[in-house]
This record gives sequence, C-alpha cells and structure tokens, in this order.
Amino acid sequence: MKIYVCIKHVPDSAVQITLTAKNRIDESVTFLMNPYDEHAVEEAVSLKEQVADSEVIAVTLGKAAALSTLASALAMGADRGVFIKTDDPPDGVITAKLLAAAISQDGRPDIIFTGKESIDSVGMQTAFRIGAALDIPVATHVAALSLDWVLNRASDQNRVLVECEKSGGDRDVIEMQLPCVIGVGKNLNLPRYPTLPQIMKARKKEIKQIDPDSLGIEKPLVGMEVLKLHVAAYERKNRIIKGAPEQAVAQLIKCLHEEEKVF
Amino acid sequence: MASTENTENGVKKIGILIEFENDKIKKANYGVITAARGAGHELYALVTDAEGVHCKAQLQAYGIQKIVLISLKKVSLEQNPVRQAKAIIKAMGHFGIYTLCGLTSPQGKDLLPRIAAAIDAPLVMDCLHVNFADGIAQKPQFSGKTIADIKVRGTHHIFGIRPNAIEAVSAPCRADVIPFEAHVDSKRLKIKEIKPGVSGTANLSEADIIISGGRAMRNTKNYKVLYDCAQVLNAAVGASRVAVDAGWVPHAMQVGQTGATVNPKLYIACGISGSVQHFAGMKTAGVIVAINIDPDANMMRNCDYGIVGDLFEIVPILTRHLMEIPEINQ
Ligand SMILES: Cc1cc2nc3c(=O)[nH]c(=O)nc-3n(C[C@H](O)[C@H](O)[C@H](O)COP(=O)(O)OP(=O)(O)OC[C@H]3O[C@@H](n4cnc5c(N)ncnc54)[C@H](O)[C@@H]3O)c2cc1C
Ligand SMILES: Nc1ncnc2c1ncn2[C@@H]1O[C@H](COP(=O)(O)O)[C@@H](O)[C@H]1O
Repeated sequence: MKIYVCIKHVPDSAVQITLTAKNRIDESVTFLMNPYDEHAVEEAVSLKEQVADSEVIAVTLGKAAALSTLASALAMGADRGVFIKTDDPPDGVITAKLLAAAISQDGRPDIIFTGKESIDSVGMQTAFRIGAALDIPVATHVAALSLDWVLNRASDQNRVLVECEKSGGDRDVIEMQLPCVIGVGKNLNLPRYPTLPQIMKARKKEIKQIDPDSLGIEKPLVGMEVLKLHVAAYERKNRIIKGAPEQAVAQLIKCLHEEEKVF
Repeated sequence: MASTENTENGVKKIGILIEFENDKIKKANYGVITAARGAGHELYALVTDAEGVHCKAQLQAYGIQKIVLISLKKVSLEQNPVRQAKAIIKAMGHFGIYTLCGLTSPQGKDLLPRIAAAIDAPLVMDCLHVNFADGIAQKPQFSGKTIADIKVRGTHHIFGIRPNAIEAVSAPCRADVIPFEAHVDSKRLKIKEIKPGVSGTANLSEADIIISGGRAMRNTKNYKVLYDCAQVLNAAVGASRVAVDAGWVPHAMQVGQTGATVNPKLYIACGISGSVQHFAGMKTAGVIVAINIDPDANMMRNCDYGIVGDLFEIVPILTRHLMEIPEINQ
C-alpha cells in the first residue's frame, strides 16, 4: 500500500508573531510540524506496520527550512520524502494542486493523509482540494480509522471506515473506497516520539526535491491573496475585583449585568 | 452572464447555507444573514434538511428573499456531505448564485470546502468580517495572533463565517419558498451510521456563554460545580486540554488550538492558567472572566474581570447569586 502524508512546516503555536512587511511574518522563530500532521504521520506509519509491502511518503511544500519538518516525519517512520521547494509559498488553491500533482507524479496513492487544518494559515481546505484534483473521496476531522485491505490493489473492496467528529461529540461513521484523502484530527492517535537511532537513521532516507514549475500547474485565475496582516490586539479591561468572596461575586454580577449586558 | 465581479446584471445573489439543530434553525445563522445583506444583494437561504421544518417566518425576519428547499430525487440527503455539496452546487447553478456563505461550524467545515474544491472556487473560512463588494474577508491566523485581510479572486466566492462573530440584526422582508429537486449521487463515500456523542455535551463553537474548567478541576465529579452554574446561565461547559488529556471530560469540550474555537459573549475561565494554546481558541470572546487562585496567572492578566480565589468556593457563590437575577431565570 502506498500512503502519502502531507505535512506543513508552521511556526510553533507558543511563539510571538511579529510582522516584517504588510503581509509577512518574521520567520526567525521556531517552526515545527503542524500538530495535526503529526497525527497524520503516526497513522500512516502504524498502517504501514499492519499492511505488508507498504510505503509511507511524506510530502511538503515550502521554503528550504521546511526540510527540518520533513526530517521529523522521516524520523517518525516515513520511508522517504518529497519536497516541493518554493521561495514564495503560493495560496491554498495552488498548494493543493501542486501537492496532488507531485503525489501523482511520484506514484499511485492508496491513502493520502493531511491534517484537518494548518495552525498558521488555517485554510481548512487542502484535503478537499487534493481530493477534487485527483477525483477521489475525502473525509475530514477523522478521529478513528479501520482499514479493509485485500491484496489486489485494483479491488473495489479496499475501503476504510472512518469516524468524523461533528458537533457536540457526535461522529459520522463513513465508508470510503480507496484511494481517498483523510483529514486527520487530534483524537485519532498519540504521535510517537522518535528515538535518537531513528533520528540518525532518518538522515540516510531519500528526499526527492521537485521544482513546482515542473509540475505543469497553470496559475489559475482563482485564488486567495493575503493583502495585509494585522497583529491582533484584544483590549481587556483587566479589572481584578477585590474583597470577600460574597462581595466580589456580587460586584462581578453587577458589572456583567449592568455594564456588559451579557445577561 | 457571470462576470468576474461575481454579480449578474448588478444583482449579487448570495446563497446562505442554513443549519438546523433539532429541527430548529441555529441562531448563529442570523449573524451570517446579517453579514450578507447589502445594497443590490439578493439573499437566498439554501436549506438541505428541511423535511417538515418551518423556517419561513424566521428567515424572512432577517432579510432572506428566497428560500430554496433542496431535496433529492428518490434518495434522502441522508446527511451525506457529498450529496449535499453536489445538490448545493446544482442549486447555485440553477439560480445564478455566485457567492456562498455559511458557518465555520462542524457542518460548514465539511460542506464549504467540499463545494469550493468541486467548483475550484476561492474560499476563506473562519471569517470575522466580509466585504462582499471588494471580495475581502478578515480572519484570524497564527493561533489568533494576527488578523489577515484576504482578497478572493474568481467568478465564485465562498466564505465561512465564525459563529457569533457578527451580531444578528433583524430586517423583515417577504420571502418566496422555492422547492428545488436535484439528481446527485455519492458512490465512493457512504454514511454508515451517526454515533451520538456523550449526551449533554453542548456545541461549544456556537454557545453564547461558556464556563470552562482546567487542571484545577482535578476530576470528573468536580465539574458538577460548573454544570450547576451553567444550568442557571444557560451556558455550555468547556475545558482546557489538561482536563481532556487526563480523561476527566470528552475532547468535544476542549477549547483552544487543538480543540474548539469559540466566540461567546461571555467566557468564564475557572482554574485555567491561560496558555497561548488555550487563548488561541477563545481570545475573541466578548467578555472574559477569570477565577484563579494565582493573581499572576496569564488568564488573570488578560481578562476583563478577575476574582482571585478558589473556584470551588467562588463558583457556587456565583451560581447562587445568579439564581437571584430575574432576567436569567424567566
Ligand atoms: C501543540 C499544542 C496544542 C495545545 N492545544 C491546547 C488546547 O487546544 N487547549 C488547551 O487548553 N491547551 C492546549 N495545549 C496545552 C497548553 O499549553 C497548556 O498546557 C494547558 O492549556 C494548561 O491547562 P490548564 O490551564 O488547565 O492547566 P495549568 O496551566 O496547570 O493551570 C491551572 C491553573 O489553575 C489554577 N488553580 C489551581 N487550583 C485552583 C483552584 N482551586 N481554584 C482556582 N484556580 C486554581 C492555577 O493557579 C493555574 O493557573 C496545547 C499545547 C500544545 C503544545
Ligand atoms: N505547504 C504544505 N505542504 C504540505 N502539506 C500542506 C501544506 N499546506 C497544507 N498542507 C496540508 O493540508 C492540511 C490542512 O491545511 P489547511 O488547508 O491550510 O488548513 C495540513 O494539515 C497539511 O496536511
């Protein structure tokens, strides 16, 4: 089975974000693998451990620095990497087309994993756009997965059953034919921490670099452009209410009721 | 003829996906309708699961001019997102709708990107504001640390709006109800069953008031103090990741980076330190109240109102005082 995992190199959620231009952030901060993508890699590697003759290929699109995130995926157990190198990462429409084209150029996917969303640009759409580009089904916010796999890859009996989280903890149980795209949520599994020997071994794994221009994606007329970023400032009143608990609570309720009118 | 300006003969037809919960229109839809109103706009409510549902009075009260009741020939929509998406695309084509809006709710997160991908349209999710004339949306990025102005280009524009981001204002008009039948299928994706979540777990992302507990709760049983207060306030109960990872409450209750993004009028954080990742899920709340024994906790330093104290003492007093307010006990 060929399993592709799309991983994105994103700023650590704990860092402070500052701007260097009207629509650019200062990138001299710690970057990591998008947290949902860690769950995606974990799931891919554990499927490989269950199905003989499987291969896990991690795919990323980004600047040279994204290689470190690719290295993390290899240390977690991906067999090799595909790196679409670009100095100016494109919008979500083109990114998904490039990821889909790079994957089809590389091989015939049975499952493509992505995160359900990226924590930097929060597009919430890549899984669906990859699915549309390859004309295969998509499920997202997946919290459980079981695979039905028979040896004949062409068989339409190759299916997955996934549970997708909905509101209030409800889950849709969805059956999809392979190949398919699966957008992973954080409840699917617990990502493993690579050991030092695994990290060392990963250094020898193959990374194929692809020039996005070689993938033959025409620049579409459709797109999303970040015109400007604003550092978000939320002014809070920061009134600490002092006094004995009874009085403090009474004072709080008065403020919420009369001033804020929240009830 | 469609133009890249995404209008037709000067009229901008905007489709709005209407969501239901227990056969009632979700309140958060009215904010989306309010956001979509504008000079020259014609508002279409797109309703896919309306079997026996009465929605005309409510929708026209907020300015909807056409209510399209979408049904499928032979099969029911079965909540199947592929069928729903295809049926909505057919309705958009039939009525000449070039702009589509919905909620960034669990349903919206499944349908809007499915539709955008299928018709290769630009999409911005989690919008706090949309300027329809220029096709520019504002949304939080980088865990809410920045707000981005994003311009969409293309014949079709699709926006998912964060629940409660835009306050609903009524604007009565008269709506026509138009049944619309679509032929669509979904061969490679089937819904086998719907597993209900832990009962009583409210849908946090659309709640008006949330009271949350973190590590300080110490166990499942202690959440009762929050549930008691929530009942009086008609609030939903949330949690930090620590409480979820410890297994005290289900993940559906987690607020933050890797949990729910919420936008209530009032957020009461009890025994939650206020990590960056927790704030990422609730920093747009209208009013933040912190109850914490540590006056230096980050939540205390970034709240509107704070009480320094033991939540197990403060919250029951709060509940008792709230019960005495007539407005919230009608
Ligand atoms: C990639 C990533 C994603 C994450 N995603 C999330 C997320 O989605 N949501 C999330 O919440 N966290 C998330 N976290 C975890 C986050 O970093 C914090 O660890 C977590 O939010 C802390 O939870 P807490 O505030 O409940 O616990 P603590 O930080 O331990 O705070 C407990 C607070 O309770 C107070 N306290 C103790 N006893 C009492 C009492 N009796 N009465 C009143 N106050 C009391 C203490 O003073 C303290 O301030 C994430 C972390 C990472 C790395
Ligand atoms: N530049 C990228 N390289 C690799 N994968 C990506 C990239 N951008 C997005 N993805 C994948 O798509 C998922 C959802 O991203 P988004 O649609 O931006 O929220 C991520 O979790 C990744 O799995």
